Amino acid sequence: METRTGMEASIAIAEAVCLCDADIVAAYPITPQTHIVEHLSELVADGKLHANFVPVESEHSAMSVCCGTSAVGARTYTATASQGLALMHEILFIAPALRLPIVMSVANRSLSGPISIWNDHSDVMAERDIGWVQIFAENAQQALDLTIWAFRLAEDRRVSLPVMVNFDGFILSHTIEPVLMPDKETVQAYLPPFEPLLRLDVDAPVSMGPVGIPDIYTETHHVQQVLLTDAYGPIVETLDAFGKHFGREYKPVETYRADDAEVLLLTMGALGETAMEAVDLRRERGQKVGLLRLRLWRPFPFEDLYRAVGRRPVLGVMDRAISYGGPYGPVASEIKAAFYHREQRPRVVEFVAGLGGRDVPISDFDTMFDALFDTLETGRVPEPRLVGLRE
Amino acid sequence: MSQGEHRNPVESFLRMDRMPHIWCPGCGIGIVVNCFVRALLKSKIDVDSVSVVSGIGCTGRIAGYFKVDSFHTTHGRPIPFATGLKTARPDMNIVVLSGEGDLIAIGGNHFIHAARRNVDIKVICVNNFTYAMTGGQVGPTAPLHSIATTAPYGSHERPFNLPFLAESSGATYVARWTTYHVRQLTKAMVDVLNKPGFCFVEAIAPCPTIYQRRNRMGDGLEMMRFYREHSRIANGADTRSLDIEMGGEIVVGKFIDRDRPTYLEAMDEELSKRLGNRYVPYPTGVKR
Ligand code: SF4
Repeated sequence: METRTGMEASIAIAEAVCLCDADIVAAYPITPQTHIVEHLSELVADGKLHANFVPVESEHSAMSVCCGTSAVGARTYTATASQGLALMHEILFIAPALRLPIVMSVANRSLSGPISIWNDHSDVMAERDIGWVQIFAENAQQALDLTIWAFRLAEDRRVSLPVMVNFDGFILSHTIEPVLMPDKETVQAYLPPFEPLLRLDVDAPVSMGPVGIPDIYTETHHVQQVLLTDAYGPIVETLDAFGKHFGREYKPVETYRADDAEVLLLTMGALGETAMEAVDLRRERGQKVGLLRLRLWRPFPFEDLYRAVGRRPVLGVMDRAISYGGPYGPVASEIKAAFYHREQRPRVVEFVAGLGGRDVPISDFDTMFDALFDTLETGRVPEPRLVGLRE
Repeated sequence: MSQGEHRNPVESFLRMDRMPHIWCPGCGIGIVVNCFVRALLKSKIDVDSVSVVSGIGCTGRIAGYFKVDSFHTTHGRPIPFATGLKTARPDMNIVVLSGEGDLIAIGGNHFIHAARRNVDIKVICVNNFTYAMTGGQVGPTAPLHSIATTAPYGSHERPFNLPFLAESSGATYVARWTTYHVRQLTKAMVDVLNKPGFCFVEAIAPCPTIYQRRNRMGDGLEMMRFYREHSRIANGADTRSLDIEMGGEIVVGKFIDRDRPTYLEAMDEELSKRLGNRYVPYPTGVKR
């Protein structure tokens, strides 16, 4: 049974956490994440969610509390954004190293400075290498679904790693959309009770987080790399199971009108939905454009990407952050690296758009598609560009 | 009449091009800004020697409106930024103006350590009992049983009593006033601008939009009436007795005024003792 209703993505996520019976929520207020934890604290106070809510004094404390609660086997959830995620940075590495299956929503927002509360992906891109599973939602329904999925995947004993669900701040967090809200039984049938792989237990004592001397540090990191890479199998499996159970399919890389496309554009997050509109408009004019939506960011879905791009000669990548002084767009640079040794590889055209809440209208997508057709025609790859930059 | 003749004396200290400001009608932050400007005027301090540092939150916006060197820092960090300013430029007057969520929760560790070291900075904390800018979550001074978005049936956490925290951490000057007590608040600011060491002024302020609305305490004006009727001036009161309860009495006054060597003085003294002439304070030739 599911109910069709309208709600903010933030509220939908909080309801999902409630349906998943989280034991602990520890969080600090930060825009645009606050509605999630506000709603969760109401659900806790109203007795709908039997959890402890900890209103900690900073995000650094939030993630530290989460590590503690997860270590004793409590189903643990937190949410943050931007500076809050950055403040967690130190502890973010600890959670996967200790195999703690924490679930966190990140309402993606730009980093200071200048101070900006608006949406882009500079927060998550700065946390690329923390060892978490990282996935992106494009709308409220996906944010809800992927939250439920995140608990299932994180707690899968083959994985036992933290999962970050990214959803765009304001564009999703503060927008009311129609969602299908599953009922408790359906969620419980998908999400088994949490049986931790490792836990602090007085009857079988273990020490978590001790020193890794040079003799073993390398091996621990090798294990983390293997674990996260190998999480790919369980990810696809649990997403498929989600599709069968709830009727909504998710894939590591998803496509839109890509089959016969001459040029492809790759997006991550909510702007994929605007991009779909832009694709439709181009298609009406008879132009064969298509879209790739990179849903799974870590572990990086290499094979899905190769399959989705196929023999297409031109691939545009729209980044929402800049790697300053480096190869410009962080996603584009990874895509290019992924294809470097492939015989069949597209020309990759790099765009950065929508920084710090700058709107990305259809006309910006048109600019990008124009550039892609230009590359298709001439074979020339332009310099990376900031779309919508005011001169 | 030219426009200049209508000018409020406060205006010359503010970045009028940034007006209108973001604060709500009835908010107490504007009163604190006003008091501070008047304190600058009264203290006869060279305005060019003043730097205002603030963090994140409604009060944090102050730095952007002051026409002095100002630093709008990240959340919780104005005190360490200010410590940096003061350490590199001991001749400057460094004032931290920020909210209690910023200074006492996420930045609480900096607060107690700067007070312990007696860093020569002036900390003016606007306490409105909630994280107003993010919508009213429960904060470090939220009175027991007060309602917040993350405490929908009332807070069950024990709040900080800020003057007691400041005193026990080592502050040399500690006062608390409400925004009803504009003269005393201004006087306290004049005091701290002229006093060396870590000086702390708590300014209790209304937040009609978030805190009061949720706790059914009326608008800004009603809060001023509340302050008038429920405040008791008790200069020199024992700071342990200054807890604030929902709807209860607010004890205000100047509680602590004491002297001890500032961080830089203590460092100079200690190192001069050990190193004699070999010790040259940094930066050379600048009044500390
Ligand atoms: S929300 Fe509260 S503290 Fe913030 S400006 Fe409005 S009244 Fe002032």
